[in-house]
Amino acid sequence: MNQRLPNTLSNNMPKTYPTPGGVHPPQNKAQSTSRPIQQASLPAELVLPLSQHAGAPAKAIVAVGDKVLKGQCIAQAKGSISAYIHAPSSGEVTAIEPRAIPHASGMQDNCIVIKTDGEDNWCPLQGCEDFSQLPASELVEQIRLAGITGLGGGGFPTAVKLISSDTQASLNKAIDTLIINGTECEPYITADDLLMRERAQQIISGIQILQHIIKPSTATLIGVENNKPEAIAALEAAIAEANANNITVVSFAGKYPSGGEKQLIQILTGREVPSGGLPADVGIVCQNVGTVAAVHDAIVLGKPLISRITTVTGQACAQPQNFEVLIGSPIAHVLAQAGFDASACQRLIMGGPMMGFTLTDTSVPVIKATNCLLAATEAELPSPPPAQACIRCGMCAEACPASLLPQQLYWYARSKEYEKLEELNLFDCIECGACSYVCPSTIPLVQYYRASKADIREHKAEMHKAEQSKARFEARQQRLEREEQEKAEKRAARQAAAKAKLAAAAQAGGEQELDPVQAAVARAKAKKAAKAAAAETEAGNSTAKPETKPTDEAN
Amino acid sequence: MSLLNVSSPHAHRPLSTATVMQLVLLATLPGIAALSLFFGWGTLLNLAIAIPLALLFEACVLKLRQRPLAFYLGDYSAVVTAVLLAIALPPHSPIWLVAIGIGFAIIIAKHLYGGLGYNPFNPAMVAYVVLLISFPVEMTQWAAPLSLIDSGAIDGHTMATPLDVLKNNNSELVADLFAHNPGFGRWAGLGWEWVNLSFLAGGCFLLYKRVFTWHAPVAMLSSLAFCSLFFYDGGSSASKGSPLFHLLSGATMFGAFFIITDPVTSAVSNRGRLVYGALIGLLLFVIRAWGNYPDALAFAVLLMNFAAPFIDYYTQPRTYGHKAKQPPSKEESH
Repeated sequence: MNQRLPNTLSNNMPKTYPTPGGVHPPQNKAQSTSRPIQQASLPAELVLPLSQHAGAPAKAIVAVGDKVLKGQCIAQAKGSISAYIHAPSSGEVTAIEPRAIPHASGMQDNCIVIKTDGEDNWCPLQGCEDFSQLPASELVEQIRLAGITGLGGGGFPTAVKLISSDTQASLNKAIDTLIINGTECEPYITADDLLMRERAQQIISGIQILQHIIKPSTATLIGVENNKPEAIAALEAAIAEANANNITVVSFAGKYPSGGEKQLIQILTGREVPSGGLPADVGIVCQNVGTVAAVHDAIVLGKPLISRITTVTGQACAQPQNFEVLIGSPIAHVLAQAGFDASACQRLIMGGPMMGFTLTDTSVPVIKATNCLLAATEAELPSPPPAQACIRCGMCAEACPASLLPQQLYWYARSKEYEKLEELNLFDCIECGACSYVCPSTIPLVQYYRASKADIREHKAEMHKAEQSKARFEARQQRLEREEQEKAEKRAARQAAAKAKLAAAAQAGGEQELDPVQAAVARAKAKKAAKAAAAETEAGNSTAKPETKPTDEAN
Repeated sequence: MSLLNVSSPHAHRPLSTATVMQLVLLATLPGIAALSLFFGWGTLLNLAIAIPLALLFEACVLKLRQRPLAFYLGDYSAVVTAVLLAIALPPHSPIWLVAIGIGFAIIIAKHLYGGLGYNPFNPAMVAYVVLLISFPVEMTQWAAPLSLIDSGAIDGHTMATPLDVLKNNNSELVADLFAHNPGFGRWAGLGWEWVNLSFLAGGCFLLYKRVFTWHAPVAMLSSLAFCSLFFYDGGSSASKGSPLFHLLSGATMFGAFFIITDPVTSAVSNRGRLVYGALIGLLLFVIRAWGNYPDALAFAVLLMNFAAPFIDYYTQPRTYGHKAKQPPSKEESH
């Protein structure tokens, strides 16, 4: 209902648009921005889950005992949405087995385990001096082969996003705007901020590659909140240096969750991604700054995605800072380099305090989507108090960036009224946690929504299954009926044909055969008589009288 | 090392339901002070009876329902109900009247419906209406302003409220009423105008603290002002009263900021709250002008409590990524 009126920040700054909801949790970013990005040391063992991206797990193409080089492909994408995985360092494959992976459920899954040899020997790399000579499809293929996935936390294979935007273009729905997400709204996380400060040229180069692939007709925008002045300055300097005048940095007053893809699109363009649709449906492709830097590495240097920048922070870390970490490094190894105090840590989170998930096992590896490790003390993130009654105060509805009614969703989630939940657009919830953050009764609202979504999906799958079996059953019934009918028709046709033949014969040969049944009976009798006669002659008996035998068999 | 395994979000804003209730209690203080200043310590007496009784009833029901006492008493919701009813009751109400009211509010209007958060009707208003219908004599004897008693301008300790006087007036011009009737002040009733302004101040404090949004109060006050302006005839003997008179009389401000903002029983979306507040303002004026009661907040609120789910149904906000949609199919709304 709100009229989305653009508000102009300054004369040369592009418009930004207001968005509903949002919260302002304490930022806690300064702890980890005081130190530059540091290379994390090489761990003795690297654990690479085959499923560390959205989509199907990759397929291992190495065997236990194989020697691998740094950057060598060790698992291939399987299916259309999947990603390649590469060895982050040289060494030997010691196991391909289920290991604990970073997942909210604490589950185990198949991993390739590499014992590093300390040499860190690269496989031969093939960079490209001038990507503009290559066709878009070739670049997308190289991005796919480099195993790049969304580094903002989503982990969606980047090439798939680019391919689908390509098909969109061919469907005459051209992409007009390329949005680069430099909006890091989650508290504590500074990985993108530091990347923008220190590697702005890489980012701009990566953006130019994406521009070459997508060819956005109107604009290329980098969205950065105005609480990152150093990052904005670095990006603008890099743009000037590369003479990339068609790239614009847009800064705006941030709130949580401005950095959500849908929210950033709304802030920068005023457009909304349709429910259940993709940004491409409104002519937009959105990529994270980290992903863009990885695209640069892959195309220009030929390096696959084998490391990322991860913020290691929280009061249980003596030196909170950002590390460039090899994918597959056990988090215990990474935490140790930040002065992790296990006794003080009460909650270990992968991701930020709003959307991250807790880990209970420090042996799990850093994966492509690991943007932050937050080792928090009890004082920092106190244990959740028991939930009180919902007083429908509406603070959650005020905070919701998707304009949902969280208190109503909670009500129906508790009573398991799935139809009502869908009517209230439960599936448009992005699980940002703003509602739970503000709830004065400390109700774990997001947890209710996740559970309800899972229930509804399961329910739908069951319904789908039931419908399928019903359809199968009905098809079978129809088939049987049809076959029965066909049989009957054939029978009728045969009878008609026989009758016709008989009639023809009667006409032709007079009254030789009166009735086909009697004729058949007579034939059978004759046959039997012959048989009996043969048997009797064999036994040496006198002449049989077959006529006296019952003839029911002949029927 | 034992690491906590909980789901996101992990951060939480330090504002609890108990804090919200305490802020509401704090915001009633200016109004209570004004009531005591102009009408004597009767309201304080009401409060002194109502609060312990409410806690007692609440504790008994919680015990019966086998709920942890300290946890639920600690949410201050029973105290808020008691304070709101004690303010609404005439000063110096008899103990039994307060006791019946509190008992009805806590036991029937709140806990029989499932306790805090589940009651469809505002407990304080349910109790008020029950008392008003059952004991009309006790409930319509409002204390006279202290200044009038002291100066000997009137006999006795109670008198008709200005809303009552105006309603039953059919001989004097409004200007004459203000000039001659000792119960009238500068803009509305003597004392009443300050009581209303004090509740307005408390309400503004809660708005500033973002305990509730402006939508319902502003809608109610605007609609009341608009209705009274529409029917204002300049002050004849048949006048329904000026907008200012209505805004500063009776329970207007108390209702706008402390009763209709009760989140449990109101509409949930901002647009819904606009409708909800506006309709309460309309009903308030209709009953004041043409109904049987001089003031009508409790009736107006209860009627709209009924309608709140219906309003919610038709005012669902447009979700991100959805087109502005028509309300879902009609047969389900009944």
